[in-house]
Amino acid sequence: MSALLQVEDLVKTFGHGEAATRVLRGLSLTLAAGEMAALLGPSGSGKSTLLTILGTLMKPTSGSHVMLEQDLVAADDRALTTFRNRHIGFVFQFHNLLPDFTALENVVFPTAVREGRETHAARARGRELLTRMGLGERIDFPSANLSGGQKQRVAVARALMNRPELVLADEPTGNLDRESAMQVMDLIAEINRDEGTTFLISTHDEKIAGLCRRQIVVGDGLVTG
Amino acid sequence: MLYALKIATRYLTASKAQTGLLVLGVAVGVFIFIFMSALIGGLAEFILSRTVGDISHVTITAEDPDPTLLISADGHVLAVTERGRARTATLAEAATYIPLIEAVPGVAAVSPQITGAGFLTRGAQVAQVGVTGVESGRESAILDLDGYMVEGTGRLGSGLIVLGRTLADDLSLRLGQTLRLQSSGGVSAVLTLSGIFDTGNGMIDGSSVFVALPTARTLFALPQGVTRIEIKLADLNTADATALRIRAFTGLDAVPWTDGAAQLMEALNAQAQTGYFLKTFALITIVIGVASALLLSTYRRRPEIGIMRAMGAGRGFVIFVFVTQGALIGLMGGLSGAALGYLALLPFPSRDAFKVGTLPMDITQGSYGLAITLTVIGAILASILPARAAARVDPVTAIGQ
Repeated sequence: MSALLQVEDLVKTFGHGEAATRVLRGLSLTLAAGEMAALLGPSGSGKSTLLTILGTLMKPTSGSHVMLEQDLVAADDRALTTFRNRHIGFVFQFHNLLPDFTALENVVFPTAVREGRETHAARARGRELLTRMGLGERIDFPSANLSGGQKQRVAVARALMNRPELVLADEPTGNLDRESAMQVMDLIAEINRDEGTTFLISTHDEKIAGLCRRQIVVGDGLVTG
Repeated sequence: MLYALKIATRYLTASKAQTGLLVLGVAVGVFIFIFMSALIGGLAEFILSRTVGDISHVTITAEDPDPTLLISADGHVLAVTERGRARTATLAEAATYIPLIEAVPGVAAVSPQITGAGFLTRGAQVAQVGVTGVESGRESAILDLDGYMVEGTGRLGSGLIVLGRTLADDLSLRLGQTLRLQSSGGVSAVLTLSGIFDTGNGMIDGSSVFVALPTARTLFALPQGVTRIEIKLADLNTADATALRIRAFTGLDAVPWTDGAAQLMEALNAQAQTGYFLKTFALITIVIGVASALLLSTYRRRPEIGIMRAMGAGRGFVIFVFVTQGALIGLMGGLSGAALGYLALLPFPSRDAFKVGTLPMDITQGSYGLAITLTVIGAILASILPARAAARVDPVTAIGQ
């Protein structure tokens, strides 16, 4: 498998002077296209910071970050925003849906914001994704009225909307009961298998991590295993 | 940007009570703006109509000729004829000018007149008066004599005289009585009192009399021409331009009413300035209201803004969402305020029916379009600061909230 993204000697420091905290200490990592990897490590190990940098929401203090052969450290905010929209999907622990919008409107958001309007094709893809997530009956429901598990499945559908090469999931099941968590993970595994989308899933749950083909352990700002 | 409009609209409709209150606040500001415009404009209209509504807006007065000199053969001045008190100069070709003046755009009425001073005698009582001879049928062209008549008729004919209530009371005159009018030149005429008017202006009611033009010709020994042409305009604010045009057409010295009315114009300007201040304060209130409400909205929606940014929404998109909200609030508030203002002004009498004791509100001077336009612009400007704040939201921090 070819490399989808590569980070080398990644350093991230927060604060200045004596108050400076070095969260990443020269971390290096390569993800191949089509991988489904779990990111493990204790709280404060730097997992979330790493995901944030890989998601282009934050730049490293130093080091290189290349994805799809693009140098993302050198890119400006506008270029990163466009790159993020086209190539990266996010699933957060608390789903983070737009509460005043329906399930379908949330799912089509990444495409609509790129195209400037909700196209017929985008709505059709949104419906297809929601149906695949088992939410065919909830397409036009206000997202605020959905259950926790349903909201997280909408969030997964939204992350897949633009057919990204990489989906970053930060504790996607951390806020769900065991049954809902397994449903979400089954969906992720199915999409990874069928569409070749690369997933990097941050989790504390060994069972969830066991569903992934690769486990990456982060400790003290470095990949330790 | 159609999608940004959808999101802006959704945000506004999602918090109906908050949006409703905000729109109401803007509408009240616009209402005040419109109310003040109608009041200041109506007041100016009222003052003008009361002060210059019954006077000539453009006046052409005959120039007195220079005094005649008798000069000897060797160039010495032998005699000078002093300028007399009585007006002798005439606009000899008045009959020629009048159709020309009437054809000038904006001219509503033209009244050729012979004016002069005289003495009105009734028995042993004598009063000094200003005499105006006007053409029959043009009695109300300038001063609305017919409208001010309290007894008799304003229609003038041979041997008839019309005068004011104060003068009639001073001389104890009643309709139908005869009285003697002697001009400053010494010519007398016996006239019958055919009407008494009451304009409310002490000068006119106490010392002005009106006679027919032929009677004035006899009294002032002017067999032809007139001494003065008074012109009334459809819009008295165009007096300066119209006077210039009449001068260009006729070569006569047409003088607008604004000459010599500097104090009145200053007072009206001061009043207009006051209005501008009040309207500016209303707009500032709108801007502050919209800005503070949108800043609160920005703060409340920080996590959502963070999500949008994470999903690939650019800073420009976020700015557009919030500026569009400002514009929509301004538009809705502007339209509502304008409608409220118009409805509130409807019960007031029209500008032609202003009465003493009532607020002279002029519904036509509400500046509705200007109020809506300025409100939308103000609301857009007010939303720029919150929009920029929203665009600067750090998605990482916001999502973590």
